Amino acid sequence: MTETLLTIDKLTKAYPGVVANDSVSFEIKQGEVHALLGENGAGKSTLVKMIYGLVKPDSGVMTMNGAPFTPAEPRAARASGVAMVFQHFSLFDALDVAENIALGMENPPPMRDLAERIRSVSEEYGLPLDPYRTVGDLSAGERQRVEIIRCLLQDPKLLIMDEPTSVLTPQEVDILFETLRKLTAEGVAILYISHKLEEIRTLCDAATVLRLGKNVGTCIPAETSARDMAELMVGTELQTPKSAGADLGEVVLDISGLSMPSPSEFGTALKNLHMRLRAGEVLGIGGVAGNGQDEMLLALSGEVRVDTNALKMNGKAIGNLAPNARRALGLLTAPEERLGHAAAPDMSLTENALLSGNVRRGLSERGFLKWGKTRAFAEEIIEKFDVRTPGPDNAARSLSGGNLQKFVIGREVLQAPEVLVVNQPTWGVDALAAASIRQAILDLAAGGTAVIVISQDLDELMEVADNFAALNEGRLTEKRPTKGLSIDEIGLMMGGAHGMEAAHADA
Amino acid sequence: MDLSAINPALLLASLLVAATPILIAGIGELVVERAGVLNLGVEGMMITGAICGFMATILTGSPALGFLFAALGGAVLSLLFALLTQVALANQVASGLALTLFGLGLSALLGQGYVGLKPPATPKLDIPLLSDIPFFGTVLFNHDIIVYLGIALVAGVWAALKYTRVGLILRAVGENHDAAHALGYKVVRIRVMAIMFGGACAGLGGAYISLIRVPQWTEGMTAGAGWIALALVVFASWKPWRVLLGAWLFGGVTVLQLNLQAAGVSVPVEILSMSPYIITIIVLVIMSADKSRAPASLGRIFHASS
Repeated sequence: MTETLLTIDKLTKAYPGVVANDSVSFEIKQGEVHALLGENGAGKSTLVKMIYGLVKPDSGVMTMNGAPFTPAEPRAARASGVAMVFQHFSLFDALDVAENIALGMENPPPMRDLAERIRSVSEEYGLPLDPYRTVGDLSAGERQRVEIIRCLLQDPKLLIMDEPTSVLTPQEVDILFETLRKLTAEGVAILYISHKLEEIRTLCDAATVLRLGKNVGTCIPAETSARDMAELMVGTELQTPKSAGADLGEVVLDISGLSMPSPSEFGTALKNLHMRLRAGEVLGIGGVAGNGQDEMLLALSGEVRVDTNALKMNGKAIGNLAPNARRALGLLTAPEERLGHAAAPDMSLTENALLSGNVRRGLSERGFLKWGKTRAFAEEIIEKFDVRTPGPDNAARSLSGGNLQKFVIGREVLQAPEVLVVNQPTWGVDALAAASIRQAILDLAAGGTAVIVISQDLDELMEVADNFAALNEGRLTEKRPTKGLSIDEIGLMMGGAHGMEAAHADA
Repeated sequence: MDLSAINPALLLASLLVAATPILIAGIGELVVERAGVLNLGVEGMMITGAICGFMATILTGSPALGFLFAALGGAVLSLLFALLTQVALANQVASGLALTLFGLGLSALLGQGYVGLKPPATPKLDIPLLSDIPFFGTVLFNHDIIVYLGIALVAGVWAALKYTRVGLILRAVGENHDAAHALGYKVVRIRVMAIMFGGACAGLGGAYISLIRVPQWTEGMTAGAGWIALALVVFASWKPWRVLLGAWLFGGVTVLQLNLQAAGVSVPVEILSMSPYIITIIVLVIMSADKSRAPASLGRIFHASS
C-alpha cells in the first residue's frame, strides 16, 4: 500500500473577475504519475503555481506527508521536495548548462563539483548533457533535459511537469517516459500536465480533470478512452473535423533550392528545400521546434527575401517579392506568435484586420483608409469564426489565446487565399477552438486552396494533412501521404532521437 | 609646432586621471545593465554626486567624507529612478532622461553658494620606493586613491559577475526576468540594489571631476561624461575589462589631443576635440563585432503577473 504524499483539500484561488480554482481537492500518492487535465483556462497552471509556492491560495489546505504544507515561495517548496519543469522553459539562453542548474538550486556546490554531478546524474538517467555548453545553442529536447536534471539534483519527492512533451520527437518522448518510470520506481511522485490524452493513457496512474476551475472528475486513464477524457474536459461532445476530400489540382507553389540564413541568432538556417504543393492539398510539416519552422514561414511570407527562383507561384518567380506583393498574388500566411507577429497586441481588431487584409480586400484608396469597409471585414471575421469578443474595437491583447487565434486564421481564410501557410495554428488553443480552426483549414482546402500547416502537434497533422514532411535542422524531407504513416516512421523523418539514449536499466 | 614638449610619462599619468570619472560611472552602469535595467540618468547622477561631494568636502574639510557623500547622493537620486521604473513600472528611457534633467537642475540649485570656492586637495597616495621608479613611478604610482579604486572596482565587478552566486543571479535577472522570478528570485529587489550601486558609482565619478580633476564647482561641469560612460558600456559589450580599455582609450586620446592643441599641431581644433569620441567609438565598435550581445531583458519592464 503506497502512502499519500500530497493532499490538496478545497483549494480556492480567485483573481479579479474570475475564480481560477474553486475548491479543488485530490491527492497524489508516492511513486504515482498523476495527470492533471483541462482546457486552457481551466485552472491547471494556477493550481501548480500554488503547489510550487508562486501563488498563495485564498483558502483550502495542502498537506504533505501528514504535515501542513504552505510554501510561501518557490524556495520553500523546493526545500520540501517539490520540483517543477516549466512549460515555457525557465532557462537563461546566455548562460551555460551548469550555471542554469545552479540557479535552480538552494545551495549549489562549487561549479566544478556541480559539473561532475550533472555528468553523473545525466548519465544515470540516460539524458546526456555537457555542463559547459551555452543553453542558447541547445535543441529543445536538450533544453528540457537541463530542466529535468536541475530538478533531479535536488532529490525531489514530487516532480511537476507542465506539458513536457510538446517539443519532443516521439523517440524523445519514449526516453522521457523511461526516465519518469525510473523515477517513480524510486518513489518520486509526478504531477503531469498535458493536452495529449494518448500520452496520459500510457503513462499516468490516475487523472484529475479540471473544468473552469472546478474538479469535474477523476479517472484511471488506462481504463478510460481518450474521447471520454476529452469530453470530460470540454463538457460537451466533440466534433471531429471532416475532410471533404477534394481532388488535387495543378501545382500552385513550387519551392526549389530554397536556402536562407536565419535572421535570429539562435535560429536555424534553411538548407536547400524542395517541395511542390498542389491546389487543394493540405501539407503538414512536422518537426521539433527550432528546426527551421519559423524561418520557413518567414521565407514564404516574404518577411525575409530569398533567391528569386527558389519560390514559384503558378510559374511566376516570387522569391524576391515583399509580403504585400505576395498577398496580392494570393499567398497568405499566419505566423505562430499571435501577439506581436500575427497581430499587433495594442491595436484594435479592426486595425489588425486592415494590416493584412488591405491588399486583397481593398481596404484603402490612394493612401486613405476605408474604415467602414475595414470594420465590416473585422465584423465578418468575428461572426464567421465565432470569435468571442465584445466587438471589433477591442484590442487584440484583450482576447484569449484561442479567440485571437480564430481571428488571425479567419482573417487570412476570408481573404480567399490561393496558398495559405499557417504555423502552429492551434498552439495553446483549447479543444473546441482547435477543432473549428482545423475544420476551417479543411474547408478551405476543399475549395481548392493549397494549405501548408506547420505544427508540432502530430495528432493535428495526421488529422488535417494529406501529405506529411518534416523539418530537421533546416532540411525538409520528401513528403509522404499521411495515410498509413506510422508514428515510428514519422519519428525517423523528424530526425530521430538527437543523441538521446534509454535510461540505463541497471544504474 | 613643438611635439617635444609632450612628456610621455606625464601624458600617461594624466590619461589615468582623465579616464577615472567615466570608468567608475561606466562600471556602475554596467552592473545596472547586466541586471536588465537601462538607466540613462548617469549624467544626472554624476553631476549630483559632483555637487554633493563638493559641498561635503567644503563643509567638513575632508575629501574622503566628500566622496562618501557623493556616492550617497548618487545612490539616493538613483532610488528615484528605481521607484519610477521598478515600482511604478514607468518607461526606463523616459525616466532616465528625466533623471538627467532633474539631476542637472538639482545640482545647479544646490551649488549656488559654492561657485568659485576651492576644495582642499585630495592627498596623493605617495607609495615610497615605487613612486620613485623612473617613468613607471610617475605613470602608475603617483595618483590619488580613487584612481586605484576605479581599477579595483573593475576587477571586483568582473570577478563578482564571473565567480560568485550573487553575480550569477544578477546576470540571470538581466537575461530573463520571468524565468528568474519563476525560480523564486526577487527581481525587483535585485534590480533596485543594482540601480543604487550604479548611482553610487556615478556619484563617485562625478565627485572625482569636481574634487580632483577640476577642483571647483561649475554648473553642468560633467559636460557629457555620463553619456560617454553609457556609450562605453554598450560598445564594451557589457564586459568589465573592455570598459576599462575604452575609458583609458578615451582618456588617452582626450589628453593627447589637448597636448597636441597646446603644441600647436596644424589640425583644426574642432577635429582634435572630436577625436576622443570618434576614435573610442570606432575601436569599440570593431571590438564589439564578436558574438557578445546585450542582456536579453535590458530595458524591459518586469511585471510579476501571477
